[in-house]
Parts: sequence; C-alpha cells; structure tokens
Amino acid sequence: MMTLPGLDLPLIWAGLIAFAVLAYVVLDGFDLGTAILFAVEHDAADRDLMVNTIAPVWDGNETWLVMGGGGLLAVFPLAYSIILPALYPVIIAMLLALVFRGVAFEFRFRAGTPRGRATWDIAFCAGSLVAAACQGLALGGLLQGIHVEGRVYAGGWFDWLTGFTVLCGIATVIGYALLGATWLIWRTEGELQRRCRRHAHTLGIATLALIGVVSLWTPMLNPAFAHRWFGWPGILLTSPVPVLVVLLAMGFWRGLAHRHHVTPFLCALGWFVLCYAGLGISLFPLIVPPGLTIWQAAAPPESQAFLLVGAVVLIPIVLIYTGYAYWVFRGKVLPGAHYH
Amino acid sequence: MLALHDAVFLARLQFAFTIGFHIVLPAFSIGLASYLMVLEGLWLATKQQVYLDLFQFWLKAFSLVFAMGVVSGIVMSYEFGTNWGRFSDRAGAIIGPLMGYEVLTAFFLEAGFLGIMLFGLRRVGPVPHFLATCIVALGTLISAFWILSANSWMQTPQGYTVSPDGRFLPADWAAVIFNPSFTVRLPHMVLASYLCVAFFVGAVGAWHLLRDATNKPARTMFSMAMWMALLAAPLQIVMGDIHGLNTLHYQPEKIAALEGDWDSGRGVPLVLFGWPNMQTEHTDYALELPHLGSLILTHEWNGEIKGLKDWKAEDRPYAPVVFWAFRIMVGLGFLMAATGIAGVVLRCRGRLYSTPWLLRLMVLLAPVGFVALLAGWVVTEVGRQPYTVYGLLRTAESVSPIATPGVAISLAAFAVVYLIVFGSGFAYLARLVLRRPAAGE
Repeated sequence: MMTLPGLDLPLIWAGLIAFAVLAYVVLDGFDLGTAILFAVEHDAADRDLMVNTIAPVWDGNETWLVMGGGGLLAVFPLAYSIILPALYPVIIAMLLALVFRGVAFEFRFRAGTPRGRATWDIAFCAGSLVAAACQGLALGGLLQGIHVEGRVYAGGWFDWLTGFTVLCGIATVIGYALLGATWLIWRTEGELQRRCRRHAHTLGIATLALIGVVSLWTPMLNPAFAHRWFGWPGILLTSPVPVLVVLLAMGFWRGLAHRHHVTPFLCALGWFVLCYAGLGISLFPLIVPPGLTIWQAAAPPESQAFLLVGAVVLIPIVLIYTGYAYWVFRGKVLPGAHYH
Repeated sequence: MLALHDAVFLARLQFAFTIGFHIVLPAFSIGLASYLMVLEGLWLATKQQVYLDLFQFWLKAFSLVFAMGVVSGIVMSYEFGTNWGRFSDRAGAIIGPLMGYEVLTAFFLEAGFLGIMLFGLRRVGPVPHFLATCIVALGTLISAFWILSANSWMQTPQGYTVSPDGRFLPADWAAVIFNPSFTVRLPHMVLASYLCVAFFVGAVGAWHLLRDATNKPARTMFSMAMWMALLAAPLQIVMGDIHGLNTLHYQPEKIAALEGDWDSGRGVPLVLFGWPNMQTEHTDYALELPHLGSLILTHEWNGEIKGLKDWKAEDRPYAPVVFWAFRIMVGLGFLMAATGIAGVVLRCRGRLYSTPWLLRLMVLLAPVGFVALLAGWVVTEVGRQPYTVYGLLRTAESVSPIATPGVAISLAAFAVVYLIVFGSGFAYLARLVLRRPAAGE
C-alpha cells in the first residue's frame, strides 16, 4: 500500500487545496464580477458582449470550486464534514445562486423574447451577487471560528451571521466586481471599456478600504491570528504584505490613467493573491479555527497519497489545456461574435 | 411512511430530489456527447452536409443540457457535506479520492474542451475541433467511471479496514475501485444513457418526419436512433440480467424486495404484480408464475432464493417502492427492445420513415429512457436501505446534525428553484429540438 513515507502529506494537501480555492476565487471571481456589473450595465448589446467574454471559460473556472469541495472531502474529510453543516444556509444559498447564474448563460440566449432575456439577466446578476456574498460570508464564518464537539459541528443555526461575516460578504462582492470590471477592460474596447475604467476606479477605492478594515478586524478575532501577524518571526512574513498592496495600488491607478489594457486586471488579481496569502498566514496550521489543525483533520495517508499521485501528474496538464482554451479565445471580444 | 417531522427522512428526500433531477442530465450528456462525436466523425469522413447539420442541431441541445448538468452536479458535490456530514467523516477517505479523481480526470477535461467544442469550430479548424468533441465525450465516460465506482463501493464495499473510531480506511485501492458491483453497474449505466438519447433523438426525428417525411436531417437522425435502439436495448436486457445475478449474490435482500419474496425457498414463483405489505410480511394481490422466479434469478428450475423474512424488520428496504420501480424499469426495457425490433422489420420492408404508428409511438417514447433510468436508480438506491454503506453504515447514522426545520427549508428552496430553473430548461430544450432541422444551418 502506497503511503509516500517522508512527506508531510497534510501540509502538501493543504497547499494544493489552498491553490484550488485561490484558482476558483480569481477565475470565477471575474466571471461573477462581470455578471454583478449587469447591475449598472443595462444595454442589451453590451450585456451580450460581457457574457461572451466569459462564455467559453466559465465552466472550467467553476470546476475549481468542485475541486476545492471534492478535494476537501477526499483529504480533509473531518473539516468537510464540520464546515459544511456549520455554514448550512450559506452553502445552500450559494449553490442555488450558482444554479441561477450557470443556467442563465444558456437560458438568456434561449428565452426568445426580450422580456425572457431580461428575466434571465436578473437571474444572472442576482445569482452571481448572492453567490459572491455567500462565499464571503462562508469565509468570514470559517475565520471567526466554528464550535465543534467530538467530531461534529455543535453550534447554532445562525452562528455564521455576525458583523464580521457580513463585512466579508460585502468585501467579496465588491472585490469580484472589481475583477469583473478590470477583466472587461482587458477583453473589450470602446464605450464599454471606457465605462469599465470608471467602474474599476470606484471599485478599486472601495476594495482597498474593505481590505484595510477586514485586515484590521481579523487579528482581533483570535489571539493566535494576532500573534502570527505581529509576533516574531511571523512579522518577517507579514510585513511585506501591506507594502505589496500599496505597490499594486500604484500600478493599478497608473494602469487606469495610462489606459493600459491588462495592468489593472493583473493588479486586482495581485490584491486577491495577497489577501489570500494574508489569510493563509492567519489560519495556518488551522483548517477549522479555533481548534482543528490540518494534521488532525487529515484523511489517512493511504487516501492522501493515492490522490496526490494523480494530482501531481494531472494538475499541470489541467493548467496547460486550460491555458490553451483561454488562448483559443484570446483577444478583444467584438460585437456580433455570436457564441450562440 | 411520510415522516415529515423526521430530519433523516427529509435529508433523504432532499438528496433523492436533487439527484433525481441531476442524474438525467449527465445521462443525457453522456449519450449526446458520444452521438455528437459520431456525427462529427461521419461528417469528417464522408463530407456529407447532413451530418454537420445534425451536429449543429444537437450541439445546441447539448450545450443547454450540459450547463444544467454542471449546476445540479455542483450541488451534489457539496450536499455530501451539508446533509451527510457523518457519512463524509466516516467514508470520506474512500469516497473522496474517487470523486477527486473524477474532478481531475473528467470534469476539468470536459470543461477545458467544452468551450472549443461549442464555440471554436472556426477558430481551431475541423480536425482539432473533432478532437475537442472526442475529449468531451471521453470526459463524460470517465466521469461515469469514477462516480459509479464510488456508488458501487457504497453498495458492495471491499478493500477497506475500519478504524477504532468507526471510519473506513482504504486498504487496497484496486479492490475499492473495482468492487464487485462496479463492473456490472458501469456498463448498465452507460447503456442506459445511450438508450435515453437514442429514444429522445428518435422521438425528435419522428416528430419532424410526421410533418415532412422527406426532411433529410430528420430521416438520418431517426434512422441512427432506430439502429441504436435495436443494438442497445437487447444488450441492456442481457446486462440487466447479469446485474441482477450480481445483486442476488451481494445484496440478496434487494432482490427479495424487488421480487416481493417473503419466504426463502426453492422453486420460487415469479410475482408479476402485487403489493408487498411491510406490516403483514406478505405480498398482497400477487399474480404469480410458478418456478419462474428461481429460473430467472438463478437460471435453475429449483434454485434457492432468500425471502425478506430472513432479515430483521429494521434491516429491510421499503419493498413496495423497490418492487414497483423494478417493474417499471423492466417493462420499459422490453418495450424499448420491441420498438427497436419493430424498427428493423419496417426498415427491411422499406417503410421505416413512412409508418405512422411507429413514428407516433417513437414520439410518445421520448422520455422512456429517462423514466427507466430513474426507476432503475430508485431500485438500486432504495433497495440498499437502510444503509448508506451497505451492511456497515446506516442512513440514520450518516446525516449531519441539522435540525428538521433547517432541512425542511432547504428542501422547499430546492424544490422551488429546481422546478423553475429546470422546468424552464426543459421547455427551452423542447422548443430547440422541435424547430425544424434545416439543411445547411
């Protein structure tokens, strides 16, 4: 029986699951964000264009969510079996919202009447907004800690609903909208692109402010978080994070001012990666705060090793053909480029 | 039986409802993806426009069905945690990696090449596009491989040990993956998917032929569907028989429930119809054929069959549901096979496209594959109750600690959303395929 002795499998898998979730957040982040911008972009032709920028890739992007969930079940089943019941209403709402968002890609082209299309546009936008908010709530709910007794969730029905989690929900919606706006700056041109620059400007300010508030609030949730951020030697790791956020902000507004096409998107992605890294610093080595570590929640080494062999071989291949799929649909999306 | 105050029952109902909607969609995708691969391959090989026309026609339907399958599938991958947390904790180390491999080898593959398949013909050219179609079709089959392996392990677990705290640990992955019922369940399910699509495509072809018997794309799709029905339906009956023998060996009380047999014995009759009564432990109103039960199940005139009374009352599945779902599945299976044979007889007489009763029958049979598939799913899932991991982990011990009102609210939300969303989806699908398939589209 294969167990790969000498490797810290839970640590490797924590890294891989973290990568899958990050891949989901940035990839589906701009999909959901593009749809959230339907709230301020009402022109039918522009909306078609916006959908067409993501239509060929959204399914692949969403697959990372299944990888994160399925992977968690496979390699940290205890964490999976605690987190999901703890966040039950949030997860169910997110799944239902993603149902509306996902089918709207097809249905808005199949509805046949302007009214039908407008209905599914609402489903597309509202579904994406609710999904984004739920993901933020879930993240906040996890960060603030989950009450566990024995091996099961022992908290209440609304433990996940606090000021902090609501703030995380809002921050995620705003952050995804920023990703969507900068994605559209990259993939469109003309009037729509110009308006997206304006959206990106506003959303950039809001995102930075929210990053600040969440970052200050997080260490107050749990003394261990504060220790990791401000204690020695953690501060060596954490102090560059705010500096890099500021550097990216300079790149972001310079990119907007000089009408760069890709820079704002890359800087926004950078913010997400940094926030995510900050999150990792706070949590590690916990997988379910305040008490459960990645080693305690780990599946037996036989399970982790078995899936790791596949993951090490297949994830690079997945990244290559995903890259190819993006490359096939590269360039500006033009009006009338019918994807249906 | 309707225990709406019971959180376990509600969680089961929610899972049954969400998977019932979900399962028809991947079955549809598996069959349609293979069909699209054949169509595009034929187009490349023969350069006949009709195959490209049919490809484009069914590609739109595939796109719609696939999107619905994806969103309903994501729900499933999280529901194991939200509603079946204790099951996930105890069996996650075995079920999880199988599903992990499904994501890595199938979901990413399908999603990665779906965009090219749907929108990329002009961008990449015909041959790379055909490869993308093949990869998507292959992905649907790989997905079936892993998920049926996981499901089969829950039916016929092997290759595991149990930890002191009651968790299932993998001991031999080859034994886990190729567990005893997997090798019969996978072909049974793939054939079912092909039959679903054969009869759906056949119904659409027949519908258009009834309006215009000269419609070339309609003739081609109808002809292909009838060949598939002729080939796959009898094969499925043989496969079903093999599956039944396998179940008799590994899950005998499922067989006892679906046969409505209460007392063990030799030379057991075949109960054609009746109502298994769980209280009186007797099948009421039974219409029986002597010895046939033993003959079909053991292939011996006096073969021994176990009855439900061999198990304690609390270890028995709810027999009426299993019994009737089984009859629906088998009945529709024979109806499909008979239709396939009727098709080939009429084809030999040169009247395949011009026999109104066959065309009308085929239109009526549009959902037949899906109904049979769902009935079969009910047989296998209700038949292995009261366990999630057969014989080892009870369903009642598998649920998450979610209070009854919570599950009731989520169940109601699923019901409303699914009826709206998938109701609209199937209506759009119907509109799409009822539009005349035009040549040179």
